[in-house]
Amino acid sequence: MAQEDAVAGTDGRPGSDRLTAAPAGTARSTAVPGDTPELGRRMGRRSLVWTIGLSCILCVTVAVCVGIGPVTIPPGTVLGILGHGLGLPVDPSWTAAEQSIVWDMRAPRVLLGLAVGAGLAVCGAALQGMVRNILADPYILGISGGASTGAAAAILFGVAAGAGQYALPLSAFLGALIASSLVFLLARANGQVTSVRLLLAGIAVGYALSATTSFLIFASDDAEGSRSVMFWLLGSLALARWDAFLALVVAVVLVTVAFLVLWARRLDALSVGDETSRALGVAPMATRIQLLVVVSLCTGAVVAAAGAIGFVGLVVPHLGRRIAGAAHARLIPVVALLGAILLIWADAGARVLMPPRELPIGIITALVGAPFLLILIRRMYARLS
Amino acid sequence: MITAENVSCSYGAKPVLQGVSLHVSPGEVMGLLGPNGSGKTTLLRTLYGSLIPDGGRVRLDGEEIHRIPARRLAQRLAVVAQEAPSDLMLSVADVVLLGRTPHLGTFERQSGRDRRIAARALQRVGALHLADREFNGLSGGERQRVVIARALAQEAGCILLDEPTNHLDISYQHEVLHLVRQLGTTAVVVLHDLNLAARYCDSILLLEAGRQHAYGTPEEVLTRAVVEPVYRVKAEPVVAEDAITQLLFRRTEDPR
Repeated sequence: MAQEDAVAGTDGRPGSDRLTAAPAGTARSTAVPGDTPELGRRMGRRSLVWTIGLSCILCVTVAVCVGIGPVTIPPGTVLGILGHGLGLPVDPSWTAAEQSIVWDMRAPRVLLGLAVGAGLAVCGAALQGMVRNILADPYILGISGGASTGAAAAILFGVAAGAGQYALPLSAFLGALIASSLVFLLARANGQVTSVRLLLAGIAVGYALSATTSFLIFASDDAEGSRSVMFWLLGSLALARWDAFLALVVAVVLVTVAFLVLWARRLDALSVGDETSRALGVAPMATRIQLLVVVSLCTGAVVAAAGAIGFVGLVVPHLGRRIAGAAHARLIPVVALLGAILLIWADAGARVLMPPRELPIGIITALVGAPFLLILIRRMYARLS
Repeated sequence: MITAENVSCSYGAKPVLQGVSLHVSPGEVMGLLGPNGSGKTTLLRTLYGSLIPDGGRVRLDGEEIHRIPARRLAQRLAVVAQEAPSDLMLSVADVVLLGRTPHLGTFERQSGRDRRIAARALQRVGALHLADREFNGLSGGERQRVVIARALAQEAGCILLDEPTNHLDISYQHEVLHLVRQLGTTAVVVLHDLNLAARYCDSILLLEAGRQHAYGTPEEVLTRAVVEPVYRVKAEPVVAEDAITQLLFRRTEDPR
């Protein structure tokens, strides 16, 4: 056994000379010999390669998926129109209808899908790290539910109307923050937040909020009541257009990704445990609250734009960990890219699978996500045992 | 140097520590002993500022511990706490590199130097070959050494360990404590095994129900008269081949 070799080695096997190699009496090894290997280099390179590769795949995904829909448009034309729209010197060789479909309808939709997918996926990764549980995600912890309720309240009853065009995202953010605070308060016992209590509290709050959202929609006498329920509970990107709201969602997701990359070491420390993170100079409760505010902001913005789309935040981080490992500095960029790619394809599927109707995107993410999650979990436990 | 003066703690109305004092000199390895629930872990937590005592003071090199900002404290004091295993799949390299956290600001990235310090720490505990393995997939002994490597990567002058020999078989227990001994850093170790303490500690603090029952060198503390009433067992001193006194135990009621 490798372990026994390492400990009992006295005859030149690995680890046999570890103690004589250590200069006794010095804790501070300020001088490190140049030939010492660098820990974590290999994994760092590997995830860099993946990050670059996934960025390329994302570009291809955008070009292809903008062309997918009731009217199929070839990628060449799509690139031309997108380039033209971005101010590049491209001679228009396409019809006005194609121009309108690609630039006015599908491009904002794909951009929103990119932001929503990346946002949900990084929020899931951050939540799983901070509560040390692989089942956490914005949906399961009730945060998406809170955002839905906030958004529905804003649209149907004019909550936060004073905030003008930002009433919807503001209300969704407040809903998400209230829901997540509530979940944390309910899960607290003796100053400790355990994963199991957190998940149970999240599930309870999530159900209550789903019911509240549905009730709000029906109580509002909205003629399209049932369709709205579908929008908020299963999600859709159909409302995307070039407006300040889209810009806001994209900006919030960008800020969230940047924040989580900067906070990556703190997330790593939290994912090991509270005592360890305290001992590393990372205050666990304060850090969790900072993360929770950012995750709520991002979830709020995303849900306000696209409804509560499940499974992306749950499944994508697992896939990301298999690619880049669990250290968050490597994980977060990979997860953001994977989430974006997955959601853009899921939305393309939503547009074409049941013509002429559009499927709610949450149905597709759940159909793809559920078996995928089962496979991942089986593999994970098989490897550990 | 770590000092505690008259430290008292309680969880709710229940006192857990009452008037405990200690002094750990630079390079000294101190053992914290006591029966289950005697307050060992609580005392250790006050020593790294995770728990603020209701009464008394804890100082690190003369500075009051709760006045030292968390990150600066972590540069000077490393802790190997007991943590429930997490679901996340951190690699051994990731876990050891975490030890560099207190030395890096929010906008700083790990440098080649940090990576080399971490590699050296892993080398010192004889676990460099485990670097790419998943931390959760290691055996108890391997895991313990990796966690000690993380504390070494912290480059702190003091290290606190909470039952580092827990769940390890005998050879690992000796291996881990021998390692701590060899580090040359100031160390406080919570232990259950009195004979391990006799062999590897310079001084021993024996707690009973939150109070200091005995405090001194292993020869002074690990005697029949001190140990028997605390653990309610019969203890029989035996001198081992290397001249270290060890204790044999049996039930008090057992007739001889």
